[in-house]
Amino acid sequence: MSEKLINKGIRPDGRKLDEIRPLKIKAGVVDRADGSAYVEFGTTKVISAVYGPKKVHPRHMENSKKAILKVRYNMIPFSVYDRKRPGYDKRSVEIAKVVSEALENVIFLEEFPKSAIDIDMEIIQADAGTRVAAITAASVALADAGIPMRGLISSVAAGRVEGNIVLDLTKEEEDASDAIDLPVAMLARTGEITLLQMDGDASVDEIEKIVRMTEKGCKDIEKIQGKALIEKYNANTA
Amino acid sequence: MTHSITKTKVEDTAVNPKTVAEPKAAGEEKEAMKIVYPGFELVDSMDVLPGAGAFREGSKVFSKILGIAKTRGSVVSVTPLSGVYNPQVRDYVVGEVTDVGFSNWSVDIGGPYDSVMSTNDVREFVERNGDLTKYYAIGDIIMCVVTGVTPTKFINVGTKDPKARKLIGGLLTQITPSKVPRLIGKQGSMIGMIKDKTKCFITVGQNGRIWIKGDFETVASKAIKKVDEWSTQSGLTDKIEALLDKEIKNLPKKSQGDINE
Repeated sequence: MSEKLINKGIRPDGRKLDEIRPLKIKAGVVDRADGSAYVEFGTTKVISAVYGPKKVHPRHMENSKKAILKVRYNMIPFSVYDRKRPGYDKRSVEIAKVVSEALENVIFLEEFPKSAIDIDMEIIQADAGTRVAAITAASVALADAGIPMRGLISSVAAGRVEGNIVLDLTKEEEDASDAIDLPVAMLARTGEITLLQMDGDASVDEIEKIVRMTEKGCKDIEKIQGKALIEKYNANTA
Repeated sequence: MTHSITKTKVEDTAVNPKTVAEPKAAGEEKEAMKIVYPGFELVDSMDVLPGAGAFREGSKVFSKILGIAKTRGSVVSVTPLSGVYNPQVRDYVVGEVTDVGFSNWSVDIGGPYDSVMSTNDVREFVERNGDLTKYYAIGDIIMCVVTGVTPTKFINVGTKDPKARKLIGGLLTQITPSKVPRLIGKQGSMIGMIKDKTKCFITVGQNGRIWIKGDFETVASKAIKKVDEWSTQSGLTDKIEALLDKEIKNLPKKSQGDINE
């Protein structure tokens, strides 16, 4: 029997159960994009860039009433231990779709009819929670691009490891035998959930606890996101 | 080499008079600017109205965008720090002719939408079945005015305006459209200063496109780019003036004589 990952409420990397990994956000990292952001959740590193609103190509995708989102999620080949074959796969297409749905509800899309907003997310280094890091980055990048939104979308995963409910799992924790991982994205200002995914099985009580935990996490993340956006302009002033 | 332009008038700048008149939209404010992000709570009161860049949810007013919050009277609004050009009727814009049809031209005015200039909307008399390229050809840069915008963003522009004209030669540069009022300054103080120092003709479009013509185009362009970059700083006109003085000093001796005439 191997040793336990979580001992007396302390996790392998020294965090408490309801603590997120050290979070670092920087807005405006890509010069050529209209808006961009770099996000680090511990060792998970993501860069996101937003282009537009711009003309829609192909034209038949155009909507006369609102803008459309074109989301791309991509893992760089060196982001994981076994080199990932570059390009699209069914996982990246699925994540791009759910991320798009997580973001579109807070954007005032009707202000830009017949246009498209491109969101690119590149996973530079993966250590679990790449989709939540990508959403957190994309939300900051959208704000940086000057796109009107009802608020910032913050995202974090929580789950169960060895019977404990923990926030922001690492790959090591995610690989535990009973682990479940539940990524949640929400408009932290109101607590409205825009993404919730899960596989594995958990009791209703556990899910309730997990969602409550992510709510607290998202509220903390939103503050850091806002600070990163303001920081970009304050850095110019100094 | 003699320099023909001695002084350019501020009135030359084609600016929407509305924006110049706004004292708070530009100029040197002493108080620190408050930068807000989407979802930032601006005020919790039913007596305040949400202006541009703000929206109401319940009793609270939130910011829609990343920008600078401003309260004027009972309206709270947010001036964006980034974003694409959103055309408004009567805006003066600098556009490029991208296509010529039977009775209209396509004009690129920046942003996600193409605009159309019909033969009815141009100053020149256009002959029936005439050759439209005689008036405006592909690649021409024009100063034009937005004559119509529909809710689904069909945009018409025209040149039936005293300020509208073809821009020949010169240098074209681009800044963030929302920072155009900052570049112009109070009563055109900033742009007037740049024109005086560099002795260039400068035309600013509301879409953030700027056309510069003169012997020191690159110096003027450098200063304009810095206004965009430093827009959140206070005392910007003085800083730009210092930058221009330094740039001019670094110019070769011969051209310095011209600029200091």
